[in-house]
Amino acid sequence: MLRARELGLERGGRQLFSGIELELERGQLVQVEGANGAGKTSLLRILAGLSRYGFSGSVERFTPQLFLGHQSAVKGLLTPRENLAWHVAGEAGFSAEAIDAALAAVNLYGYEDVPSHALSAGQHRRVNLARLFLTRAPLWLLDEPFTAIDRTGVAVLEARLLAHLQHGGGVLLTSHQPVAVAYPLLRLDLATGALQ
Amino acid sequence: MWTLFHKFGSPPWLYRLSGSILRWLLPITVVALVAGSVWGLLFTAPDFRQGNSYRIIYIHVPAAVVALAGYYVMAIAGAVSLIWRMKMADIAMRACAPIGAALTFIALVTGSIWGKPTWGTWWVWDARITSMLILLFLYLGVVALYEAYENKALAAKACAVLSLVGTVNIPIIYKSVDWWYSLHQPASIKFTGGSTIDPSMLYPLLFMILAFYALFTCALLLNMRAEILQREQRTAWVRALAGEREGS
Amino acid sequence: MTSASAAGFCFRLVRRQLVLGLRRPVDLGNPLLFFAMVVALFPLGLGPAPDTLADFAPGILWIVALLSNLLTSDAVFRSDLEDGSLEQLLLAPQPLYFSALAYVLAHWLLTGLLLGLASPVFALMLGLAPAAIPALAFSLLLGTAVLSLIGGIGGALTVGLKRGGMLISLLILPFYMPVLIFGSSAVQAALNGTPAGPYLAILGALLCISIALAPMAIAAGLRISVDT
Repeated sequence: MLRARELGLERGGRQLFSGIELELERGQLVQVEGANGAGKTSLLRILAGLSRYGFSGSVERFTPQLFLGHQSAVKGLLTPRENLAWHVAGEAGFSAEAIDAALAAVNLYGYEDVPSHALSAGQHRRVNLARLFLTRAPLWLLDEPFTAIDRTGVAVLEARLLAHLQHGGGVLLTSHQPVAVAYPLLRLDLATGALQ
Repeated sequence: MWTLFHKFGSPPWLYRLSGSILRWLLPITVVALVAGSVWGLLFTAPDFRQGNSYRIIYIHVPAAVVALAGYYVMAIAGAVSLIWRMKMADIAMRACAPIGAALTFIALVTGSIWGKPTWGTWWVWDARITSMLILLFLYLGVVALYEAYENKALAAKACAVLSLVGTVNIPIIYKSVDWWYSLHQPASIKFTGGSTIDPSMLYPLLFMILAFYALFTCALLLNMRAEILQREQRTAWVRALAGEREGS
Repeated sequence: MTSASAAGFCFRLVRRQLVLGLRRPVDLGNPLLFFAMVVALFPLGLGPAPDTLADFAPGILWIVALLSNLLTSDAVFRSDLEDGSLEQLLLAPQPLYFSALAYVLAHWLLTGLLLGLASPVFALMLGLAPAAIPALAFSLLLGTAVLSLIGGIGGALTVGLKRGGMLISLLILPFYMPVLIFGSSAVQAALNGTPAGPYLAILGALLCISIALAPMAIAAGLRISVDT
């Protein structure tokens, strides 16, 4: 689904990582590991195609992918329903029912029409994560998806990841929390470049 | 062709090449500038109407011509940097901006000095002066944008986009300023545009324009060499070079 | 995977920007208020003599339009970069060229269009002859669209920088100059009783060039700004 060769990144005269080789297959779950400042977010942004300059190596993308970053991309002036409808506007139109169902899936039932600025950071995050229940992209690149989410939210998210993987999807994520998905997990260590 | 292209992308190769070019270009430039100045200032006849004050064109016109050409050199380097992601093109583009700004500034100052005896005032909103002033703003905008970015790789890309926008706009700006001037031209300060120039004045002028192109090239290469050394200061070849200098 | 058509996507983007603008009506009024205030500065600075003001009115109105556009261009992409909407836009399969155009269109509808429609009032405040008012309104409607496109380039290039406000004016004011020249000339021509049509036609030509080229520069600028 995704192939990266000889990826290296230097920032401010310091080599963050180098020689990263990655080939992601269908149904694989990969967790990128590294200390703060090791370049996890940078790696994801390179893989997603957001960082185009200043890194060495090559990235090939074979399938549509969904990237969810640190920021929730939620506009305070729009309602969760409007926000989510815009988030998925790039992939053909989804019906209003589908959007409401996705919001219900992340426990935002009843909040569909509340202005988003009245919601908490965790709820913003959930609006963003509701995309996972709509998207048809086979490959997901998730940067710290569990941040600011409560325990039930994490459980919902993990169940969704499992379902996606079992249907042949691929997931590459960064997380400081252990990922409790009953599924074989590959770890990519940024310091050594080893994938196991 | 492609191997040459790749060589241009290699800092040590470019550093050595520019060194050997400068070894002969720099003396030629100095001699040409001195010879052209002497020719223009001492061996041409005074102008029928302007007397000796016209002689400043031997500095003013070459500076203005090369300043404008410099913007296009910058934009071409910018395009190369955007399309082929060549690091050396970034450096060339970055090096063009201050040199071009300096030449534009020289053209403005000499134009102003020439204007005092000719028009009786230091500054006139003449079409050419206004266009030069706008060119100065364009150069300074590129410098300001470059300095504002902390990540210099991105700074170069942003400046490349800006200078490409500038190349599309410069003809439009020049034409519109020309047109604006002809609309508002006050009768008292009619400019002698389009008048013929005597060959005895023209040849030293053309010679000085060539000398200024050489000067631009020298300044560009020197500026690029300094930038290359700074960027590559941690690499083995720069260390070796520094060691060589210290040892000898 | 099927993705939405570029036209449909852009339509939704314009609608989103308009909804965001209309939900905060104060922000819509701010450029107009700014315009009114700066117009009010000129009688204070130049003296209230109606003849002087009427002479300077075409230039004053156009310069204030320029400044007002400049101040709003800085903010076109800023909040979308800060909350991550912009990176999602860049990852969308639709061409960024059209998305950039959609941003600019929404910006123009919320600023230039309103300014053009409100301009007769400001013209009367400065004592501009009524005969020149249609030329003023039309030249502003056309010209502000060009300004929004050029301003979008500046906005896209500086949105990732912390102190963009001053920088954007240094970058794009030189590019505004042709619009200023032809816009104010259109009004001046109408004042002198000569046809303003040719100047409006030139503004239209500038608009065509800008529509063709500016979105490319905006798209390139956005990719650079998101890449940090």
